[in-house]
Amino acid sequence: MKRILHSTVFFIGLILLWQALVSAGLWSPVLLPPPGDVAHYLLKAVRDGSLFEASLVTMGRLLAGYLIGCLLGLPLGLACSRSQMLSDTVGVLALGLQTLPSVCWVPLALLWYGQSETAMLFVVVMGTLWSVLIAVDNGARSLPPIYVRAARTMGSQGIHTLVKVILPASLPFVVSGMKQGWAFAWRSLMAAEIYVTILTGYGLGHLLHFGRELNDMNQVIGVMLVIVVIGLLADKLLFAPWEQFLHRRWGTGR
Amino acid sequence: MTVTSELENPAPAKLAVEHVSKSFRTKRGTLQALDDVSLSVEEGEFVCLVGPSGCGKSTLLNLVTGLDAPDQGTLSSDGVAITRTGRERGMMFQEHALFPWLDVLGNVLFGLKLKPHLSKEERLQVAKFYLELVGLKAFMHANIHELSGGMKQRVALARALAPNPRLLCMDEPFAALDAMTREHLYADLQTIWSRRKKTILFVTHNVREAVCLGDRVVLFSPNPGRIREEFRIDLPRPRDINSVQLAEHATRITRALKSHTEAMTTAE
Repeated sequence: MKRILHSTVFFIGLILLWQALVSAGLWSPVLLPPPGDVAHYLLKAVRDGSLFEASLVTMGRLLAGYLIGCLLGLPLGLACSRSQMLSDTVGVLALGLQTLPSVCWVPLALLWYGQSETAMLFVVVMGTLWSVLIAVDNGARSLPPIYVRAARTMGSQGIHTLVKVILPASLPFVVSGMKQGWAFAWRSLMAAEIYVTILTGYGLGHLLHFGRELNDMNQVIGVMLVIVVIGLLADKLLFAPWEQFLHRRWGTGR
Repeated sequence: MTVTSELENPAPAKLAVEHVSKSFRTKRGTLQALDDVSLSVEEGEFVCLVGPSGCGKSTLLNLVTGLDAPDQGTLSSDGVAITRTGRERGMMFQEHALFPWLDVLGNVLFGLKLKPHLSKEERLQVAKFYLELVGLKAFMHANIHELSGGMKQRVALARALAPNPRLLCMDEPFAALDAMTREHLYADLQTIWSRRKKTILFVTHNVREAVCLGDRVVLFSPNPGRIREEFRIDLPRPRDINSVQLAEHATRITRALKSHTEAMTTAE
């Protein structure tokens, strides 16, 4: 309860500060609109459905790309951790591609797939895949070998060991890898949406882009706020329960 | 298949180790962990392997469980050659090696879930039986990090016993515990062993511990790892680690251990 109070007071303070800066008249209201105007835009965008629709389009792309990225990255990461050959080939490739900022995939995706959903999906998958792969690989590699040995003396072998021992044992790394993958996917998708207009659906990035085209600062700031809130919600709803479970089981954290 | 048949004790295994050698390559050269070691263990016998660190006693356990393969020689259990790990040969480690992602019950169930003929309900009954045996049924749903060191080793024992192995290898399982906890566990282990006859290979560097638990104490010496001497311990059970008779045996064996180690250092 106290924590919620702290957060609430802090954010109300921030909005008041914002209002105070606007009232001081240091900047033109075109560049820094008052919070009330932004709220007005958000209300309007919620009412006419454009915000909801854009969020839906963006989340759809994000989830699809993220899931594909994780579904590929998890097994590949596990495989790399078990095989030196894979680690020297796929592992090195992943490490190299991970250093590539994911927005750099956008031109290639556009040339390959045109201005299509596939291009968007491709960019998000590329943003997710490599970081998940590397995190899982590192995690599974740093496991104490005693877990596998203990499991073997109880009759576990092969796939069973991989799925029932190595995978759960590296869960802390897997979760942090998936969290990082999520962050990269989110960033790459926003970059792609701002960069290219795709006629099959306008996402939050497009709303942001149109805001700039229309010189509508209310829209720009409003959409940015929505993007921040979605990021926060994803963290709290998607990852916090997992992290709490891990802390409780492993006895780490507070 | 029922729980009763699952809980029934299979005949303990007879173990034969014949002319086994095993070496490891290290940065400083080759380490001869075991050199022409032969050992025969009777059904239901409790054998303690004693020696200074590096004498290959843990290596021998790894060979017996099938976690490692010998360079030379053969190992067999009931006449069947040991070529890989299997649940009929269980192992308990010095570090508890419990899985932190599972609770206490989950750990004990791990090996049972690999037995396809059991139903979920039956597995649960078997797991509870072993948790009862080690006195931790009340902690069934506890997380591993919430247990004390002694409790963790009890869970590890329950987990090793649950798949009903015929041979149990124990690699200094109590070495990391405090003296009080250890004494409790000596008593418990003797009770459990008398109730559920298993062939046990127990590695330790604590001579008293070996005399307290073993039917036979086998002395190892390092570089290269060899068996030096064997002692039969005929003291009545259950044995108290603090008894005078036990101390007498221990003194005799310690003296022998020292003489072997000294003979070695002078030979170098």
